[in-house]
Amino acid sequence: MVSRNDKTSELLEVFRRMWLIRAFEEKASLLYAERQIAGLLHLSIGQEAVAVGACSLLRKNDYVFGAHRSHGHAIACGADIDKLMAELAGRATGYCGGKGGSMHIVAKETGFVTATGVVGGTIPLALGAAFAAKERKNGQLAVVFFGDGAGQAGAFHESLNIASLWKLPAIFVCENNGYAEFTPLSAHTKVERLAQHAETYGIVASTVDGNDLFAVRQVMARAIKKCRNNKGPVFVECLTHRMRGHYEGDPAKYRELSQLAEWKKQDPIVRVERALRKKKLATSQELEAIEAEARALVEKAAEFALTSPLPAAEEIVRDVMT
Amino acid sequence: MRELAYYEAKFEALDEIMAADQRVHLINGTFLSLSPHRHVFQNLKQKYGERIVAPPISELGFCGLATGAAMAGLRPIVDLSTGSFIYEAWPQVANEAANAFSMSGGQTRVPVVFHLFHGLRGGGAAQHSGSPQGMLWNCPGLEIAIPSSPRDVKGLLKSAVASDNPTIFVDHTRLLDIRGEVPENDKPIPFGVADIKRTGRDVTVVATSYTVQVALGAAATLAQEGIEVEVVDPRTLVPFDLATILKSVEKTHRVVIADETHQSCGVAAEIAARISESGFDKLTAPIRRVSTLDVPVPYSPPLEAHIGPSEERISNAVRATLA
Repeated sequence: MVSRNDKTSELLEVFRRMWLIRAFEEKASLLYAERQIAGLLHLSIGQEAVAVGACSLLRKNDYVFGAHRSHGHAIACGADIDKLMAELAGRATGYCGGKGGSMHIVAKETGFVTATGVVGGTIPLALGAAFAAKERKNGQLAVVFFGDGAGQAGAFHESLNIASLWKLPAIFVCENNGYAEFTPLSAHTKVERLAQHAETYGIVASTVDGNDLFAVRQVMARAIKKCRNNKGPVFVECLTHRMRGHYEGDPAKYRELSQLAEWKKQDPIVRVERALRKKKLATSQELEAIEAEARALVEKAAEFALTSPLPAAEEIVRDVMT
Repeated sequence: MRELAYYEAKFEALDEIMAADQRVHLINGTFLSLSPHRHVFQNLKQKYGERIVAPPISELGFCGLATGAAMAGLRPIVDLSTGSFIYEAWPQVANEAANAFSMSGGQTRVPVVFHLFHGLRGGGAAQHSGSPQGMLWNCPGLEIAIPSSPRDVKGLLKSAVASDNPTIFVDHTRLLDIRGEVPENDKPIPFGVADIKRTGRDVTVVATSYTVQVALGAAATLAQEGIEVEVVDPRTLVPFDLATILKSVEKTHRVVIADETHQSCGVAAEIAARISESGFDKLTAPIRRVSTLDVPVPYSPPLEAHIGPSEERISNAVRATLA
């Protein structure tokens, strides 16, 4: 539901950001198929409401940590999509000069501290940022995104315990998309809702429809308020679905087609569009223009990436040590 | 000159570091292992209690926390205490902290120090006697300091905390009570500068950590036989001062490397490779390694004593290079 606190201009901006992620990921998928992007590519198509819903409420000096499926989180923080696409294409102009790639995006100036290629890898890191934030007593906080697969990792449990013990201003955002890599969650744990773990450690937790932008924003607004008032940490489990496989090229045979069709009906972008139309906050023309604009920006980003130089050999030894 | 015990010099460094920089936090441990000198840690706690935290036994969690805090502007020093426990934190140390600066194209600095006590300690057995510095040397992105004297521990600890790189600070409990000269207001010791702990003309013994002290003992024995050993202590593995070692080899033409990591792919193996790659023409005998034997560390005292780089083994290796 659109809440009374949501300003129209802000909602349109949020919707724009969702489209930017969708268009970016779709273009990345095409470039991957054309072998313009190497390595592993994990796309977040279908999960845009979580990234944008959470990040749209943060301050510039908050700390955001992603996981391996994190282009969307970086874009939600305001990352430059030219530099992001260039990084995916391994170019010198990419965010990390081509040394990080899709799984290791860092966009420091936006507050997006780092992604990681390791499941659960950023959860303890986010604790550290929350620890530093708590020291400064200025209301800063840390948000970390991770999937349901991380819920069975030791780093997850150690971090939840410490965060709770030391009351750290950290928001754990679990994007429960039902699959840990290629395996349904039920094959990895008897715990159906990851939020149950948080409760075990005495952390306030809620489970929310992760494909409902407004629901995510509502829960996140409460979580952020708690953390800023030194009443953290908070755990937010967002139930969602990735429309693509675990990685590009994954045939995803473990998933029923009917299930995918069901989730397509829950497409987070379509749902926001429907709500905006219903409340008469935007015309069809305006909404179409937002999509067109996102696609044009992404085309430009791809053009920038593919015409950028590849890193020179001497870059190998640069930035290994300060 | 003023003389201090090693642990006193170390805590003088910690005190001065914490007084000088509010960003420094101590995470876990006492930096003393089970040493009876706990009062020095209590003194520190009284002065800087709000910047000293004792997390639960969650090495993965608190090493990651320290890494993340460093990314966010603090300068944490973590005490893992027993060196083998860093294996619990491996993903955060080897896969996050070590890689972050390069992987981010130079955006992310990680000024964290991981302090640990390595090596044979008397009955530690296989799981409490690890010397992980060889494995950590195989992770580009980490700096590794490995002091052997009171003066070095103070000077190197200051440089470790000042560094913007993640740094492994490799200590040894058998060093804690050793006494040595530590000048007042001593300057930090820069990384990558080896120190000649004893000069000699016949054989170069490159040694690290507590094994430097063992090597000095062996050198004293060998001197009575007329063999003059030069003991070179690299003091840091990353960066590594090969030049000072090669200069010594130019004089002695013979090298023994004594170190407590296991022999295969250990610290001595890497040093031997570097010397032979750059100084093969200076050598008149094969390089000999005196490392910990390639077996899990046994518990029983005579067995433990047998596998480490003892004075006897070092002396025998020196004699063998001259034979």
